[in-house]
Amino acid sequence: MPTLARWYIKTSFAWLALALLLGVVSVILPASWPSAAFAPVQMHAFVVGWITQLIFGVVYWMFPKASTEHPRGSEGLAAATYVLLNAGLAARAVGEPMAALGGPGALWLIGSALMQWLAGLGFVLNTWPRVKGG
Amino acid sequence: MPRLTRWALRLALLHLILGFSLGALMLCAKASGVCAWAWPLRGLHIELLTIGWTAQLALAVAYWILPRHPGGRRGPEAPAWAAWALLNLGVWVSGLTMALVGPRLLLGVGHSAEALGILVFAVQLWPRVKAFGV
Repeated sequence: MPTLARWYIKTSFAWLALALLLGVVSVILPASWPSAAFAPVQMHAFVVGWITQLIFGVVYWMFPKASTEHPRGSEGLAAATYVLLNAGLAARAVGEPMAALGGPGALWLIGSALMQWLAGLGFVLNTWPRVKGG
Repeated sequence: MPRLTRWALRLALLHLILGFSLGALMLCAKASGVCAWAWPLRGLHIELLTIGWTAQLALAVAYWILPRHPGGRRGPEAPAWAAWALLNLGVWVSGLTMALVGPRLLLGVGHSAEALGILVFAVQLWPRVKAFGV
């Protein structure tokens, strides 16, 4: 298994743990806390941080080779995708509670949106040539 | 990769980037009020990413890598193509109905198409969940 695939898969487990932890925190927190502070973070930690990132890692590892010279496509693009996806999720984890509590979370959320979108684009561009017969 | 898997994976990748794009627009709308028109597209965003991306990718990969029938066959192709078409029809009918606040009957049709597509895939793949070489 390539190093980057291991990073994807291990980080996905960390997001799964965080999603479950946030589920516990949301029960412990006083009812006066707005649910918007953590609910979207928990949902996206689960579906993007865990499920989608696990898929990204396994696809990067196991899909057919793009070429003999570059079997997994652009390694730089795949690494950038990893960084952008996780930085985007982390920015959301900071920005959502800040925004929900009336703080300056807007820039964090806009940064999060941009980084996650770029991560999605990077993954699609790197994976597309590896969807082939043979 | 068989042809059906290639088509399903390519469509899953397109759904991924489209779903991420809608998510990014909604997050920007939440942060700044710009792109507020994106909020009603939340249902389409969820359909694209849960069924159109995640479920479709899982089924496409299963169709590709599960042990084959004797002779190397993956089972009759027509039902698998029909299942794929139903799944994607369902994603778009459900997603657009939610986005455009269409009639509940249409939402039911969309979800039924998704469920039927998944059911046909499951029936198709069921006998291939077995030990290799059997």
